[in-house]
Parts: sequence; C-alpha cells; structure tokens
Amino acid sequence: MSMMDFGGRGGPHHGGAGSQGERGEDIFAPFDANAFGRITEFAKPYRLVFVGAIAAVLAFVAAQLGIPYVIRAAVDSAVGKPGSTPLATVFVVFLTLIILNAVVQYLQEVTSARLAQRIIFDMRRAMFSHLQEVSLSFLDKTHVGRIMSRLQGDVNALQEFFENSITATGDLVLLIGIIGVLIMLEWRLALLTLIVLPTLIAIRAAWLPQAKEKFRRARDASSIVNGALAENIGGLRVVQGSRRESVNLDDFKAKANDNFRAAVAAAWTSQIMVPTVDVLTGIAMAVIVLVGGRFVLKEDMDLGVMVAFIFYVQRFFDPIRTLSMQYTMLQRAMAASHRILEVLDVPVAIRDRPDAVALDVMEPAVEFRGVTFGYNPGEPVLKNLSFKVPPRQVVALVGQTGSGKTSIAALTHRFYDVWDGQVLVGGQDVRDVTLASLGRNIAMVLQEPFLFTGTPLENIRYSSDWASRDDVIRAAKNVRAHEFIMNLPQGYDTELAERGQNLSIGQRQLLSFARALLANPQILILDEATASIDSFLEAEIQEALRVLLAGRTSIVIAHRLATTLM
Amino acid sequence: MTSPLLSSRPLRELDLRGAPRILGRVLRLAWRYRRRFVLATVTSLLATVFNLAMPRLLGWSVDQVHALLREGAMNYNAAMLELTGIAVLLVTTAALRGLMQMISGFQGEYIGQSVGRDLRTAFFEKLQRLSFEFHDSVHSGDLITRGMLDLEGVRGFIETGLQRFLSLILLIVIGTSLLISRDPLLTLLAMSFVPLVAWHATRMSLLLRITWTRLQERMSVLTRVMEESLQGMRVVRAFAAKPHEMAKFDTAANRALALSNDRISIRSSSMAVITLAYYLSMALVLWFGGHRVLDGRLTIGQLTEFLTLMTLLQAPVRQIGMIVNSSARAISSGRRLFEILDLEPAIQDKPGAPDLVLGKGVLRFESVSFAYHPEVDAPPTLEDISFCVGPGQTLGIVGPSGAGKSSIALLIPRFYDVTGGRITLDGQDIRNVTLQSLRGAVGLIQQDVFLFDDGIDSNIGYADPQAEQHELVDAAMTAQIHDFVASLPLRYRTQVGERGVSLSGGQRQRLSIARGMVPDPAILVFDDATSAVDAATEHQVRHALRAATRSQATIIISHRLGSLMHADEIIVLDRGRIIERGTHASLLADGGFYAALYQAQSQGIPLPERIGQKERVGP
Repeated sequence: MSMMDFGGRGGPHHGGAGSQGERGEDIFAPFDANAFGRITEFAKPYRLVFVGAIAAVLAFVAAQLGIPYVIRAAVDSAVGKPGSTPLATVFVVFLTLIILNAVVQYLQEVTSARLAQRIIFDMRRAMFSHLQEVSLSFLDKTHVGRIMSRLQGDVNALQEFFENSITATGDLVLLIGIIGVLIMLEWRLALLTLIVLPTLIAIRAAWLPQAKEKFRRARDASSIVNGALAENIGGLRVVQGSRRESVNLDDFKAKANDNFRAAVAAAWTSQIMVPTVDVLTGIAMAVIVLVGGRFVLKEDMDLGVMVAFIFYVQRFFDPIRTLSMQYTMLQRAMAASHRILEVLDVPVAIRDRPDAVALDVMEPAVEFRGVTFGYNPGEPVLKNLSFKVPPRQVVALVGQTGSGKTSIAALTHRFYDVWDGQVLVGGQDVRDVTLASLGRNIAMVLQEPFLFTGTPLENIRYSSDWASRDDVIRAAKNVRAHEFIMNLPQGYDTELAERGQNLSIGQRQLLSFARALLANPQILILDEATASIDSFLEAEIQEALRVLLAGRTSIVIAHRLATTLM
Repeated sequence: MTSPLLSSRPLRELDLRGAPRILGRVLRLAWRYRRRFVLATVTSLLATVFNLAMPRLLGWSVDQVHALLREGAMNYNAAMLELTGIAVLLVTTAALRGLMQMISGFQGEYIGQSVGRDLRTAFFEKLQRLSFEFHDSVHSGDLITRGMLDLEGVRGFIETGLQRFLSLILLIVIGTSLLISRDPLLTLLAMSFVPLVAWHATRMSLLLRITWTRLQERMSVLTRVMEESLQGMRVVRAFAAKPHEMAKFDTAANRALALSNDRISIRSSSMAVITLAYYLSMALVLWFGGHRVLDGRLTIGQLTEFLTLMTLLQAPVRQIGMIVNSSARAISSGRRLFEILDLEPAIQDKPGAPDLVLGKGVLRFESVSFAYHPEVDAPPTLEDISFCVGPGQTLGIVGPSGAGKSSIALLIPRFYDVTGGRITLDGQDIRNVTLQSLRGAVGLIQQDVFLFDDGIDSNIGYADPQAEQHELVDAAMTAQIHDFVASLPLRYRTQVGERGVSLSGGQRQRLSIARGMVPDPAILVFDDATSAVDAATEHQVRHALRAATRSQATIIISHRLGSLMHADEIIVLDRGRIIERGTHASLLADGGFYAALYQAQSQGIPLPERIGQKERVGP
C-alpha cells in the first residue's frame, strides 16, 4: 500500500523545480505518536549525548534567569537599600554568571546541533541502505527524483526539527522559569502581568491556521513560477523553434504576478502579528509601572523588584514565538517522518534465507524448471518455462518485446523471485544461496550502459576492489576499450563528464564490458547489450563480445539476429 | 561544462568583486518603488524613536517611584496620577512602535517582492531570447539556480538586509545621542559591545559563508552518490555491490559531516563570545552606573534606562552578521543575475529586417561551412555543403555519428549562423529576414523530444496556440498517434508528464512529429525523429507524411537507410563533408560507403516488428 502512495511511475520528467516540498504533497501533518516514536529510535544510540545536551540547556536557562536577578541586586545596592549586598560582590557574581552563561550557551548549541546532524546522517544512511535491498519493482515504479526528495528535503525538515527541539525545550523551561521567578518575587504583580500571556497564546492560536494557509499558497505560487522557469529552460529549443517566446512570456508574467500577490498576502499576515505583540508588551509594562509602582510606594515591594520585572517581561515573548514556530516545525517534521518511514517500510522482497549458503559453481549451468513469473498478479510473463544452459555454453534468447526475455535474465540473478518452479544455478536453487555469492558469479551487461561519476579506472574496477591497475588495463585491452581510453586527456584517470555523457554510447558499453570481464564471472548475461549501438561501431563490439563470452556460461538476449549469429 | 561566456564561479562563493557597482544596481532596482521605499524608511525611523522612548518612560517611572519613596507618601494621589499617565504613554508608545514596524516591514517585503517579480520576468525574457550558442555553453541547472536561488538572494537583501541595516544605524545614532548628554562615559560603556559584536558577527558570517559553499559541494557529492546508485540500481544489484555503495556513501557522508561539525563549532563559539561581550559591557554599566547612583550623580531611573536601552540594542546588533551575509549574498547573486541580463543574443534580427516572403518554398545551401566554435583552431563541423530542396521533394541525409547531420538541421531555422557560404529560402538569405517569419516557415523535429507539463492538445498545438481541434487531430493522425490518444480516458486533454500519462520513447517522438505538423511549415526537417518508433509504425508514419507533405520541402536525417529509400536525393556525410550523393539506387550501384552501410544494416535482420523499442523489466 505504501508503494502506491509514491504515485507516478517513471514517466517523462522535465527538470523539475528541484525545490523541497513537491506540489501536491502535504507538508504538514498532525502529531502521530507511533511515527514519532519510530523516528526518535534514531536518537537512541546517542542517549548520553542527549542527556548532556539537555543538561547544558537547563544550565543555560538557569544562567539566563539569574542575570536579571543580579541586576535587581545591583539596583537595590545602588539605591542603598538597607541589608543589600555590596556593589562589588554583586559585580563579581554578575561576572561569574555571564562567563558561565557563555560557556553553557556554547555547550548547548554545539551538542544539540551536532547531535541533530548525526541523527540525520544515520537516518539518511538507513534509507539508502534499505533502498539497496528493496524490490526492483518498487524502483521501477518510482521516480528517482521522488526518492531523492525524501532523502534530501524530508530528511532536512527533520534536521531542522531535531536541532530546534532541544533549544525549544530550553525556551519552554525558560518561560516556566520566568513565570516562577516572577511569582517568587511578587506573586500579585506576577499574576497581573501574566494576564497578557494567555491573551497572546489565544491570538496566535487564532492566527496560525490562516497564516499557514497564506504561507502554503505563497509556497505553491512560488513553486509554480519556478517550475515554469525550469520547464522553459529545459524546452528552450522547442520554444524558439515554435516561436512561442511572447506567448510564454505572457504566461510567465501572469504566474510571476500570482506569486507576487500570494507572497505579499503572506507578508501582510506575518507582519500583522508585530503590533499585537507590541501592544501586549506595552500593557505588561503599564501594569508593572502602575501596580508595581503602587506596591513600591506602599513599601510592599522593593524598587529593584520593579526593575527586575521590567527586564523579565521583555524576555517573555521570544520563547512564545519560538515555541509556536516549533509547533509548526513539528507538524512539518511529522509529514516528513511519514514519507521517510514510507521508504523504510518498502518491503524487501528478496533477501538471504537464514540458512543460505555461498553458491558453489563447479559446474556453472543455468536451469529453469517449470518457471512461472510475472510482475502484476494474474498477468504471468513466463508460463511454465523450462530450459537448461550447459556449463560454458552460449545460449541466445530471441523473441519479441514483451516476450519475457529480460525477465529470464532478471530471474537468473534473483532480482525477483519466481511465482512457481525453480531457477537453478550450478544445480542450486538461487533462493538457497546468498545474494552476494550470486553477484560474484553472475555478471550482467545491460542495454543501457551505466557509468558512475569518476574515472574509467574506477568504473571498470567498480566493486572488484581486489583488482590492480594492471588488471583493469588488461581487461580494457581485452574488450578493445584501451585505445579510446588512452585518447582521453588523462587516460584511465580522466574524470568522465556527467556519467560519461562525453563518451559515445558504444564506448560506454565497452567500459561496461570491461567491468564485467574484470569481475570474471562464471556466468554472463548480456541483456540487449548491443541494441542501442549504431551499426558503425558494431564490428568492434562483436570482437569485444567474443572475448567476453569465451569460456563462460552465457545467456545472450537480443532481438537483432546479427548479435546472435556470431 | 564551464561556459566561455560566463565568468563567475559557482554558487554563492565569497566574491566581492565589483561590490559597489552591483549593490548600486540592486538599490536602483528598489528605487523604482521609491515612494514605498521612503515610506518604509520614515516608518522605520519612527519605529526607532518609539522604541527608544520605552526605556525613557520606564526610567522615568522608576525615578518617580523612587523620588516619592524618599519624600514619603505625602503626594500619593498625584504620584498615582503621574504613574497612570506613564502607563498610558507606555501602551500607546508600544502600540505605535508595533504599527510603525509593521508598516515598514510590510513595505520592505512589498518592495522585495516587486523587485523579485521584475527580475524574474526580465531573466525569463532574456533567457528566451539568448541563442543556442549560449544555451549550449551553460548547464540548465545553473540557469535554474540563478533564476531561483540568486533571485532570492537579491530579493532577501532588499526585503530584510537593507531594512535591518537602516534601522540598526538609526537605533545606534538616536540612542547614543539621547544618552550621551546624560552621561558620556556610561554611554560609551553601554555601546562598547557594539563594535566588538559587529566585528565578531561579520567574521563569523563570512566564515560560515565560505564553508557553506564547501559544504554544498560535499553534500552534492553525497547526493550524486545516492542518485547514481538508485539510477544504476540494476548494475549495483548485478554486481552485488551494496558494500561498495555503502562505502562510497560513508566516505561522502563523513566528509560532509566533518565540515558540518566545524561549522557548528564556528557558529556556537562566535555566538557565545558575542553574548559574553554584550554582558561584559552590561557589567561595566552596572559597576560604574551603580557607583554613580550611590554618589548621587545618576538617578536609578536613568541607570534603568541605560540597561533597557542595551537590551533593545542587543538583538539588532547581533543581526549585523545577517546583514553582512545578506549583502555578500546579494553581491554574488546580483553578479550572476546581471551577467545574464547583460548578455546580448548572438542571433537576432538585423535592424529593419523584413519578413520572409514565402514563394514556393525552395531551400538552398550554397557551399555552407559551419563551426560551433570558430575561434578554436579545429576542423569545422560542416564544410562546403551545397544542396537544394524544392516543394514536394525529399532530401535524405545519412552518415556516422558526429558527421554533422544535426548541425545542418539546426542551421535551417537559424539557431546558429553559418560561418561561410549562405542559406537561402526562396532566394532570400535567411540572415536578412526576421527570425519570427523564418522560424514560422521551418518545422524542425528532433530526436530528443521535449514535452511540456501540459495537455496533449497543448503540446501538439504548441507552435500555434490558436489551432483548431480538428487541425490537432489531423496532425496526430498523420503522426500515427491519434489512436493511442483516443484510447486515453481524457483523450486530447490528458496531461503529459509526471502528473499525467507516461509515454514511451516512440510515442513521444510521434507526438513531436504531430507538433511539427500543426503550423504547416513550408520546410520540414526530421532529425532522426523516428529513432525510437518501431519499424512497422515508422513505415505507416512515413506513408502518411508523404501524403501530407506533397507541397512541402522535406529533409530526413536518419540512421536507418530503409526510411530514406524514397528520397529524391540522398547525401552521405562524413566529418562535415559530403562524400557521396545520389538516389538510393544510384548510390547502391556506386558500391561506396552507402552501399557498404546498407549491406551491414540488412544483415542485422530486424525482427518483423518493434525494432529498437526499449524493453523494461517490470510493468
């Protein structure tokens, strides 16, 4: 079910806007204890650091609360209040306090931010690791861009949340602390002053839903206008060829104007809170002056307390604002968590059995016994198929599109499990052996050669970590790739531009032949490996193939007979 | 690919070249909204004044209370009256301060958004007009970055950086001048943290900015590792390379994490130092101020006023870091934006160029030569190409990859200019007529199909938004895509792209052919336009096209010789030169390159159906 939530299959894709929060996806979600619990699991290994961070936060709050208190003492001492601490002592206490304050502030920030980073990288790693094992049908159906936005945007949203949640805890404690101190100092004045608090919370609560809606609209409008820009850049050649410049400019202007209006509306909504908070601050101050002044005059209260109140009240409002922002962040984090958990919950269809053994390939035969298999329930692609490839023989599979040739290749490698029947490699059922040992013994060359960013050396070596430079060069020579590699500016150490886009498709395919040859598999599957190569290169490829296939059990899949006639 | 046309280095690096000029230009953009700008500044000034009135009122009230306390409570009622007055003033002042802040903040955002919209539109307009030569030389991702992030950089500066800077200056100047007459030394002490914090905040934000660029680079390596692993998942699985991929991930992630941790240290230590500096000046004010109160040279209310003012200043002074960062970003972003805005398209209409006068539609290449980078000493892409196609005629072009076939196609709508010789349409050099009229007469259909995130109908009618429905259907029928479209639930209104139907390569190419047919151009150029269409369908497309293009001049570029058999003339291109020309029959008889190629291709006996269509594992 979660798979379906990903929506769209790998369709055409025109360089999307690349911004976080794709359109049509909720960016806020209500609190969900279950999801929250699972996400916080990632923090478990760092329990001690977490406790340390909280301790630093509490110490910081204590120092923050202490500072106005000392100022009060200074005022009392300055007005020569009887029994007050001498100014010099107050000064020393103040100095100690502010140094302590700086130290714990540093500790608090460093530990919480680093902790958040660590957790976020762990999370990303867990997702990436999981994706290495999920069923290929999931990856076939899901756009890589969508998965990437989960690995990036959603994980970042959580980072923001984690990083702020420790300081938000601090804010909450600070708020409670301020209230506590005020009540201790003069509870009647405190209660009167604190009346503004519930008022502010009520106003913010009423304001927030509308504000969120306005912000959402502004964000949507912005992603629309950016999407239009990206699309026009991508399709620029068509735009100019079709003389659409002025039509598109008018369209774009309309979108830019919508964006402008939405952004201005959002700006207005956020600015309207400014005077509200200010009026409430003013009222709190007025209460202190009026009521506090009266208390002082009646000698119910020290003048220093009145000054301390003035200082505390100014610190009221920041924690409330950050806390309500944190609430929004929590909702965003919940939405992100859901999407991250969706990835982590994609079932792993294929994994080693507990008792799986390493593949033993004395006799590298491949056999299909009564195999039935398909991708969608009720629509088998292969029906009761049986055949055998004897060791070190080449067998060609020819058939029309959709006849299931590629499925045979995928099943041999156990990319999928059969519905019925058995696939045997070296006489062993592929489900009884480890995937790693299958990978070591079977190599596959696909229609679309895939190169990784890096050099030809790295690409040929790929996962054959044991291979020396000479091994790599030997493999390249054997498949006739050496010559063109040496013609690259830095030979084997040339950084290939954007995954080899500067090489022809034939050259890229030769590199992937070399990669397969170096891996030295017992069994080789060529899945339409020459289909996308134009005929001008084919002779070289044929020669390379001959080397590659020599002495291996090979399955060659093609729909052009020339490949199979060799 | 680095562009020879664009000088600036990657994104948001610390690069202050030409800072005054760029900031000046940004300010001029904002000055277009000068009335709002003045309003924002005046309200910001008033907000500062009201803001500074708060400490004074509070100090006054403390003094009143203190004075009464010393004199005894004889004047209790009068004192309460006075306190009430102060209380009312406090509320009023706070409200006015908030109101002024709101107005100036809103105006700031309004101006920022307005400038953002202006820049966005100008950028879009410019990109549309810049020629292929430019677009070849820049990565589209780079342009998108400029249009999104750099634009935000400039906008953010106008919206907040500028405002904050103004109000900070006002706050310091007015605040100092209010206090200085009262006690110069104490004022100095109260302000002593400002330069220290300003310096530290500036240093921190510049350091963070530089490391930010580096962090982005490291993060993009991590992104690439993940993205490639997902895209190449079949290769990864085929080699059972999960450990290898995880090792790549860990290397990239640890590098990013280490730098990120460094940044956290920089930020946290600077913030701690900034806080300490602030409280140290407060300690000094307390010490000296306290003594002055004891000496009777200062009232306790005045000391409160000093201290309250410091709390007011604290936040804006800390924001110096943000202001510096915002300006640095505006400078580099502004440079990257203006760089594009200042480019002139290499290909544009000559002054006073007339429209093309279309007669029968005869296209002629007269010993055309062409190079993408004529300044580089390399063999030209095309040399001495001459041919002529008239109405109802078809010219076929074949040759190996890189022979220059597509370059010929791109020269016809004048996406590039020839470097030698000339191209004429009905006798008029295409460089002498307007681009609009020329491109209206040429339909170029390319191998790589770009479809827009829009309906099928809008995509087919892209070049002619006024086209009638039946014209779209006719074109779709010619391109053999109508039956498919008709089978969709929303038919021609079906969305293409991520939120709509997903199309195979062949279907996309057929849509693109239909799109090229709609404006009914006099010259049609097919550049490998059916490479992904299966052989049987391609045959039908060709057949329908022949019927539909009886009066047009057609050029077909193809890898598959079978699709050129009916051409009136075929030219064989190799390394930019014509090496053979003739009809299919005469070329075969010549026994040259074409004949050899034909031989090779017919050996790869295609299966009766669906050659070349990509097959995917899975549904």
